[in-house]
Amino acid sequence: MKSLVAKLGLTVVGMFGFGFALVPLYDVFCEWTGLNGKTGGRVEYSAEQQIVKERLVTVQFTASNNGGMSWEFEPMVHQVQVHPGELTEIRYFARNPGATRMVGQAVPSVSPMRGADYLRKTECFCFTQQVLEAGEEIEMPVFFYIDPALPADVSKLTLSYTLFDVSKNFVNEGAAVTAN
Amino acid sequence: MLTRNKLGLGMLTAVLALTSTELFAAWDLNMMEGITEISRETYRLHMLIFGICVIIGLGVYGVLLYSLIKFRKSKGAVASSFHHNTKLEVVWTVIPFVILIGMAIPSTRVLTQIYDASESEIDILVTGYQWRWQYQYLSDEGEDVSFFSNLTTPDEQIYNLAEKGENYLLEVDEPLVIPVNTKVRFLLTSADVIHSWWVPEFAVKKDAIPGFVNESWVIAEQPGIYRGQCTELCGQDHGFMPVVVRVVEQDEYDAWFSEKQAAAAAIAELANQDFTLEQLVEQGQTVYNTYCSACHQPNGQGLPPAFPALTGSPIATGAIADHANVVLNGVPGTAMPAFRNQLNPVDIAAVITFERNALGNSVGDMITPVEILQLLQAQ
Amino acid sequence: MAHDIAHGHDDHHHGPAKGITRWLYTTNHKDIGSMYLWFSFAMFLLGGAFALVIRAELFQPGLQFVEPNFFNQMTTMHGLVMVFGAVMPAFVGLANWMVPLMIGAPDMALPRMNNWSFWILPFAFAMLASTLLMESGAPNFGWTFYAPLSTTYAPASVTFFIFAVHIMGASSIMGSINIIATIINMRAPGMTLMKMPLFVWTWLITAYLLIAVMPVLAGVVTMMLFDIHFGTSFFSAAGGGDPVLFQHVFWFFGHPEVYIMILPAFGVVSEIIPTFSRKKLFGYDSMVYATSSIAFLSFIVWAHHMFTTGMPLAGELFFMYSTMLIAVPTGVKVFNWITTMFKGSLTFETPMLFSIAFVVLFTMGGFTGLMLAIAPADFQYHDTYFVVAHFHYVLVPGAVFSIMAAVYYWLPKWTGHMYDETLGKLHFWLSFVGINILFFPQHFLGLAGMPRRIPDYALQFADFNMISSIGAFIFGFSQLLFLFIVVKTVIGGKKATAQVWDNPEGLEWTVDSPAPYHTFSTPPLVK
Repeated sequence: MKSLVAKLGLTVVGMFGFGFALVPLYDVFCEWTGLNGKTGGRVEYSAEQQIVKERLVTVQFTASNNGGMSWEFEPMVHQVQVHPGELTEIRYFARNPGATRMVGQAVPSVSPMRGADYLRKTECFCFTQQVLEAGEEIEMPVFFYIDPALPADVSKLTLSYTLFDVSKNFVNEGAAVTAN
Repeated sequence: MLTRNKLGLGMLTAVLALTSTELFAAWDLNMMEGITEISRETYRLHMLIFGICVIIGLGVYGVLLYSLIKFRKSKGAVASSFHHNTKLEVVWTVIPFVILIGMAIPSTRVLTQIYDASESEIDILVTGYQWRWQYQYLSDEGEDVSFFSNLTTPDEQIYNLAEKGENYLLEVDEPLVIPVNTKVRFLLTSADVIHSWWVPEFAVKKDAIPGFVNESWVIAEQPGIYRGQCTELCGQDHGFMPVVVRVVEQDEYDAWFSEKQAAAAAIAELANQDFTLEQLVEQGQTVYNTYCSACHQPNGQGLPPAFPALTGSPIATGAIADHANVVLNGVPGTAMPAFRNQLNPVDIAAVITFERNALGNSVGDMITPVEILQLLQAQ
Repeated sequence: MAHDIAHGHDDHHHGPAKGITRWLYTTNHKDIGSMYLWFSFAMFLLGGAFALVIRAELFQPGLQFVEPNFFNQMTTMHGLVMVFGAVMPAFVGLANWMVPLMIGAPDMALPRMNNWSFWILPFAFAMLASTLLMESGAPNFGWTFYAPLSTTYAPASVTFFIFAVHIMGASSIMGSINIIATIINMRAPGMTLMKMPLFVWTWLITAYLLIAVMPVLAGVVTMMLFDIHFGTSFFSAAGGGDPVLFQHVFWFFGHPEVYIMILPAFGVVSEIIPTFSRKKLFGYDSMVYATSSIAFLSFIVWAHHMFTTGMPLAGELFFMYSTMLIAVPTGVKVFNWITTMFKGSLTFETPMLFSIAFVVLFTMGGFTGLMLAIAPADFQYHDTYFVVAHFHYVLVPGAVFSIMAAVYYWLPKWTGHMYDETLGKLHFWLSFVGINILFFPQHFLGLAGMPRRIPDYALQFADFNMISSIGAFIFGFSQLLFLFIVVKTVIGGKKATAQVWDNPEGLEWTVDSPAPYHTFSTPPLVK
């Protein structure tokens, strides 16, 4: 009986751990399936990247502020048409109108979600936290290309950023914290 | 599939007197058929599954009722001793399984259809806020039409001091407007907690999740006004953030759209005009009731500790620049949002002036829309 | 339900202690079972009071009695108290009383832990209830506490809520370990697994479910605690987390939790229906297999609560299909119960009435459950009163009716007295009629478009809400009659025989009524 109780106790501990293990498991699963529209991290753009000239994909850009975020934040272009494989740069504008220094973190999301995996970013302001002094403004670049493997029936992708105020959780100056 | 659905429907009408159309209309007993292909498909699917459940239910309850009547001890029933029958048990495991497959096929078809949001003509970003919706029309040139949609039902009706109107709790100041017979794609997100955007007649319900963007779509086939509500608990006023959509003919939509664009320009113009303190206080009252009174309360007493009182508060009676700063930029880490992104300069000037000269405060000073514009640019 | 030991049996030297210490220090499974049952009844009344506040506010459109924020506190506390305070402890109480008696064991395997798992419960609920008096108010984010409403936007009392949930979880986990250890190790000679009464079987499976998922609940609230106080971002997009992840982890616990509340009910009904049909349970083996498959399926269906969160198509389809599958083993159970009654010799004592109502109304909840499984249709049902009607049909005339049936069925064994049959039947009919007036119109409300968890509603919902509220008050106040009947039976009444009913099956009927303080000190032999 002691061994049974010990085994049951171990199961309990194991399942408690499993609850936490669901967090990385979920991330792996999302990456796998494009669930939740999170885009992947930084990728390298290869010079040999094949470009599909005969196909055009529309990419829309939107910006949202999370509740407490007072920055002005918007895409400088709202829509571009790109050939899959072609490296494209667009910029977002941000300005801290407040009287104090603030730190922002942009979180990207792609619709439709199953397209998320095919929007590859080689550089993005969302990879780091943005520190803006009072009144400071900034143009923030995103370099991306569309993976030519994008399913044929997807002709439009929307890349949305939500800007969060993370001044409180700011880790330390200069140390870039990746959000995804 | 259609004939099978009809069959299920027909059987159902035969079985249940309740299903007569008039009764549905009078008592709102059933799901609405709605005004889109998807909503009708969903309705048919609902009726099909319901019909199958009713038929199975009649069988199951029939046998039960028969047993309850027939095999009473008081009627002299003697218990038989069987307690096992493999053949029967296999049958009633397999048959439900087959019925389930029959249900899964049309369900899969409808779901696949719902998931195809491609080839939309208009894209609208829908953002949930505590406790209002924001609609931004996306186009090549940018989000030139963007507005908030607030509940307009007055507190007097909610607190039973006035008679409730026809569209009680389902009325807003600015409904979403979309053209008829056009594929409109909704991108849904949230600025704070999770909300859910639902219009029953469209059969569109999708969660708005902070930091993520969901999508859904509609092709509305009939002009009219369609009303729904937020369906995910989102805090205090979850029950008070309706969704109202006006579906109009294309030319009416075009006219409305240019009017909205012009109105945005007019606001900028208006901001440069002169206002008196009285004018600002009057307009501020309306803004306050829409955007502030849910938390700070209609009388300005707030709900401490989460929502501080404005009456006699150091901010509302202190330096006007500090007051403006709080309203424009919010208070990080609290429920106070940055209103610079939600309200135009006239409304911001009005509500600040109102808060200083009403709600039991009488500071006597005012801030003009022009000053707000300067603050917005200078900061 | 505690019986007085004074009217003698031959085991004088091991009687209970006197006074309050008897209850504080007891390791006796019957005492602990009684305490669990009384505690759960108290919580049932408390949770019911919260429900009546909700129904009173919803009696008419407009705000009459409470503010929206307090309304949200009521819905949250109602759910938490009913799930964790009323239904679960009631089943643990029944298990404490009946499992040793049914398998011929002298007590639970771990009696001291048993005492502890009960006595931490009142503290958990005192802590939870105390939040109502706090400045910030009680938790107001629903019993499903979705982030970020329950993290970034939560009232300060959320920390107390988290610790209360931790304690409830610890209590359930200890209770389940005890039940498993008892069933695996302490069965009387000859009592093989496939000879165990179904109540024991369903509880064994339930206990395993509890051990698997309560730690996950503890994990999810711990993550919340970290997000709120230690700056982590499990559920906040700003730091790379995801609010939808919360829902996945929560429902990974939450869906098995639903079966935790209904499997023991299946067990209870499977004991009662054969007794009053005077016929063996039909398809014992398939009952065991069906219960196991429901338990297994409960782990792979959780995301059907999340169809509107925007899962990819493949995910929606998987969870739709797996959820539909649950209808098969559930159907088998219903067919088995009805076939047990078929060609039986039926009488309709109160426990039987509650059990028949269970079969009828639980099946209704099952049908609406099947409808909700259909993902495209769920887009219309989700988070409306249709869902509220569905799960209340499963939980109230399902789980709660089965608990009442069990209490009437075994009360003579516990107290040595017969309950008042007339009053029992009155209680049944009031409850049965009340519950249907209460929940049936909610199907219509949901289909017509009324969202759940709203303190005020549009005018077209007024009629059905009023009807529903009337039902709520009928059902709610009928439960005071239940209290009266039980107290009356504890105090006195017609002496019950050892068998109590007409030739019922099971070891519990071989001991005296009331069951002596110590039973099966020498194990019985099961053929």
